[in-house]
Amino acid sequence: MNRLGRLLLFALGGGVVSVLFVLATFDLPDFGSSIHLYRDLAVPAAVQHHTANVVSAVNFDQRAIDTFGEETILVASVVGAAALLRPSADESERRAPDLGRTLESTRLVGYVLMPVTLVLGVDVVLHGGITPGGGFQGGVVLATGLHLIYVTGTYPALERLRPVVPFEVAESLGAAGFALLGLLGIWTSGAFLGNFLPLGAFGQILSTGTVQVLSALVGLEVLGSMIVLLSSFFAQEISIRKAGADQ
Amino acid sequence: MTALVAIALTVVAVAGTAVVLADAPGRQAVTLSVFGMTLVVLFVILQAPDVALSELGVGTAVVPLMVMLTVRTMRKDRRQRGHREDE
Repeated sequence: MNRLGRLLLFALGGGVVSVLFVLATFDLPDFGSSIHLYRDLAVPAAVQHHTANVVSAVNFDQRAIDTFGEETILVASVVGAAALLRPSADESERRAPDLGRTLESTRLVGYVLMPVTLVLGVDVVLHGGITPGGGFQGGVVLATGLHLIYVTGTYPALERLRPVVPFEVAESLGAAGFALLGLLGIWTSGAFLGNFLPLGAFGQILSTGTVQVLSALVGLEVLGSMIVLLSSFFAQEISIRKAGADQ
Repeated sequence: MTALVAIALTVVAVAGTAVVLADAPGRQAVTLSVFGMTLVVLFVILQAPDVALSELGVGTAVVPLMVMLTVRTMRKDRRQRGHREDE
């Protein structure tokens, strides 16, 4: 297909989608208005299961199977990326070269902020059911927090801080635990991922039933995934060399 | 409140355009990070802290970092190829 043909095809498809999209938005409730059909259903359902953070109730209770699908996609894509980024037959992994100097102030920021970020990440994971956040956000915060050690200019320190194998295990355990809890839900409540744990007192950290547990499992999985993914990227850039290439 | 949303949306639009207009993927990684930051502000103003947290981690840190590392790895690979053809 030549350039003109492709352009015509795009104009046709893009044009139809644009018109339909604009027409569809006319039927939406006004931006920022108080009419919100989904909220009227989601909020009472969340309160019924003692989940103060309604977003977490939607993610890990009302539509937990959606989250299960998303987490599976995440694992699959990370496995795919890691497989593509592994050293090929004509490449070999060797000791990381010295990365040169880093500004003292940059190193200070890295050293000071890393523990703070890690504590914040754990906090975001554990309070997912009652305050904004949850497993996904907390897991990403934890993974990026660990990489602050790289900002201090020491790649070998980063490699010591995050041996990849435990994080691979964490990723698998998180995903498997989510599925297991789903099956336990079938056994106890008759629905996949049904909420079967005691609900606790509204607003307390030990409330929300399975929401908090599922959130923590997702946190484990996302932390593992992000570390595995970023470590593959880092290895390609820093420590993997083509055989025969000098520098 | 409405004025704040309008300002934040405008900043998002400007930052998004800057990402598109950046000519090299390496530069795009940096502008993408800034764009993510403006989105975080917008989400906070729209009272969606959950989404803001996700965007903060993924959009401003992880994705730009992956783009940067990919660009550098490709540059290194190209240099090595050029090196070998010279020999």
